[in-house]
Amino acid sequence: MNAPQTPHALHFMPSAGFRARAKDVVENPFLRQSFRGAMDFLMTKRAAQFPDPEELESLRSLGERIRQYNLAKLPDLLVQLETNLTRNGIQVHWAETPEEANAIILGICQKHSAKLMVKGKSMVSEEIELNHAAEAAGIGALESDMGEYIVQLAGEKPSHIIMPAIHKTKEQIAKLFHEHVPGVEYTDNVDALIQIGRQVLREKFEIADIGLSGVNFAVAETGTLCLVENEGNGRMCTTAPPVHIAITGIEKIVEKLEHVPPLYSLLTRSATGQNISTYFNMISRPRQPGEKDGPGEVHLVLLDNGRSQAYADEQLRKTLQCIRCGACMNHCPVYTRIGGHAYGTTYPGPIGKIISPHMLGLEATAGLTTASSLCGACGEVCPVKIPIPDLLIRLREEAFSAPQANPAMRGQGAGHNALISAIWRGWSAVYSSPALYRTASWLASRFRWLTPRRQAGWTSVRTPLQPAPKRLRDLIKERH
Amino acid sequence: MSARDRILAKLKANAPASAGELPDVAAWYAAHRGEESNADKAKRFRHFIELAHAEVYAVSRGGWLQKLYEVLSAKQIDKLLVAPGTPHGARAQAELPPLGIACPGYDAPIEGWKAAMFNETPASFTAARGAIAETGTLILWPTVDEPRLMSLVPPVHIVLLDAAHIYNTFYEAMQTEGWKDCLPTNSLLISGPSKTADIQQTLAYGAHGPKELVVLMIEENV
Repeated sequence: MNAPQTPHALHFMPSAGFRARAKDVVENPFLRQSFRGAMDFLMTKRAAQFPDPEELESLRSLGERIRQYNLAKLPDLLVQLETNLTRNGIQVHWAETPEEANAIILGICQKHSAKLMVKGKSMVSEEIELNHAAEAAGIGALESDMGEYIVQLAGEKPSHIIMPAIHKTKEQIAKLFHEHVPGVEYTDNVDALIQIGRQVLREKFEIADIGLSGVNFAVAETGTLCLVENEGNGRMCTTAPPVHIAITGIEKIVEKLEHVPPLYSLLTRSATGQNISTYFNMISRPRQPGEKDGPGEVHLVLLDNGRSQAYADEQLRKTLQCIRCGACMNHCPVYTRIGGHAYGTTYPGPIGKIISPHMLGLEATAGLTTASSLCGACGEVCPVKIPIPDLLIRLREEAFSAPQANPAMRGQGAGHNALISAIWRGWSAVYSSPALYRTASWLASRFRWLTPRRQAGWTSVRTPLQPAPKRLRDLIKERH
Repeated sequence: MSARDRILAKLKANAPASAGELPDVAAWYAAHRGEESNADKAKRFRHFIELAHAEVYAVSRGGWLQKLYEVLSAKQIDKLLVAPGTPHGARAQAELPPLGIACPGYDAPIEGWKAAMFNETPASFTAARGAIAETGTLILWPTVDEPRLMSLVPPVHIVLLDAAHIYNTFYEAMQTEGWKDCLPTNSLLISGPSKTADIQQTLAYGAHGPKELVVLMIEENV
C-alpha cells in the first residue's frame, strides 16, 4: 500500500492507524460493553418508533425520492438558496476546502474582533477542524452541546455523530468536570452533572461574540436554515450572540419547505427513537428593525470538501442522500465492537466509510472500506435507502484495483498490491476451469504438510488452516 | 474563478438530465395520516407533550389567568417575564402584580439587559401560534412584541395555547397556513422542556433551555 498522504494539514488523527486502534478497542472489555449497551439502547428505541413496517417502508421510499430529486437539481437549488438567503439578508459564502471554510469563518470573527465563539453541534465544523484553526487564530471556540462539551474537555473527538460522548461513563465525566471546571466537587449524579454544564455554558452564551451552528436542512424556496436539537444550545448559539455563522455541506438542500416534514420525522425516529426532537429551529433572516433579540448578522458557509467528487458518479452520488441520523452506526456490528474513534475520521461507522474517502482520498481511507462483513444492516435501516453495502463494494474496487487513467476518485488504486492481485487472478482462473480446479485441489491435499503454521492475521487468534487430507470428490468416490 | 463558480461548474457538469417528478408528499400524508376531531387532537397533543415531560392544564378562554397564577404560586415564582404588546401579556401585566407577582415586560432590545435576562428571570409567559397533535408540539413564531429569547432563557416557560389551532401533523400546519410564503425571522417547534441524554444515555431535563414547560390549553368545554 502506498504511504498514506494527508490531503490537508489539519487532519490530526490519520485513519491509516485504523487496524491498530481497532485492535486496542476490541481488547478493551470496558469500551466494548459501553458501545454494546448504547447501541442496543438506540436500536430498541428506533424499533419502537416504527411499529408499522408498511409505514416505515413507504416513508423511507418517500425520503429516498425527496433526497434523490433534490440532489438531481443540486446546482440549481444552490443558486436558488443563495438568491433567497441573500434577499432575506443572510450572507452566503462558498468553500471548496476545509482551509477555505476556516478562513471565511475566522475572517468574520476577526471583523468583529471576536474573542469567544460558542458552538452548537456541527459535524461539518468537526470535519474542517474549526476548533484547532480558531485556537491558532487566538479565538476561543467552545462546544455547547453537552456531549461535545464533554469531549472537548477531554481533548477528544466525538465517537458518534449524534451522541458524541457515548464512549464515556458518568464516572469518567464526573472526574473530568471535577478536574477541569473550577470549584466543582466530584459527583456522578447525571442531573447534577448536566446542571454544572448548564451553568458554565450559560455564562458563555451570555457573553459570546459569535454563535456557530450546523444545518440539518436548508430550504431553497424560502431561504431558511433548519436546525434539529433537544438541548436548546443550538437555539442559544443562533439567538443570543450578535453574529450567527452556520456551516453546512452543499448536499443538505431541499427545494420545497414541504420536503422537510418527512425527512425530519425519519431523522429523529431513526437517530434516537424520538417521535420528534425538543426543538426545530427555522431561521430565515437576521434580526429585523424593531426586533429585540436575535443576531444582527447571519452567515451561511457552503462547503464542498469532496462532495462534488461523489456527486459526479451516479452510484457514488447516493452517498449524498445522507441526513446524518447515525442509524447505520447504531446497527453496525463493526462500529459496535470498535467504537467511533478507531476509524480516525470525523464520520465513523458505515456512513463514515462511504463519505470519508471523498473528503480525505482513498490514500488515507482504503482500509476503512474493508471494515465490513457486508451484513447489510446499515442499508436496511438507512432512512433514505442509501445502498451502503453496494457502495462499500464499489469503494473496495476503487481502492484495490490497479490504478487507472481517469479515476472516479482521488486515490483510486491506492490500496493496489501486485502480488495480491496476482493471487486473486490465479484464484479466479482455478475456480473458472474444472481441470485446473481438480489439479489444484489434488496438489493442495497431497502437499498439505507444507501449510505454514503462521498464517498472517488469521493465526493470531485462531488455529491454522490446512487443506483436508482427502478432497470431497475423493470421499464421494470411496463411497461408490 | 471563485470557489462558488468552481463548485457549481463541477456539479453542473455531472448533474442528471432530469430530476423526475416532484416527490408527492401530499399523497403520503393522505394515505398514512388521518384527520381527527378537535377534541381528539387536543387529547393526542396532550398525551405526547406530557410524555415529553411538559405540564398541561385545560383552561377556559376567560379563566386562564387564574390557572397561571396557581401554577406560579405552586412553583413559588414571584416574577414573570411577559410581552406587554400582546393581549395575553398585557392582561398578565395588569392582573398579576396585585396578586404579588411582578411582571416585567420584554420591551427593550436584549443588549441593554442581557445579564438580567440570563440571571434574574425565573419564568416567562408567551402564546403559541398553534400546535401539532401527532408529536405533541407547540408552534411558536416569535414577534417584535414577543421575542425569541422568551421561550429559551428563563428556566420556566409557560405557554398559552388555543386548542382550536391544533393540527394533525407538521405537514398539515405548514400547508394550511401557507408557511412557504410567510415564514418570519425565526419560527420554532417546541416539544417539551430542554433535555439531553448525552451522559450514559440517561435522560436529564433542563440542559440549556427551560427546565420546565407548562401549557395552558384553552378548550371550549372547560
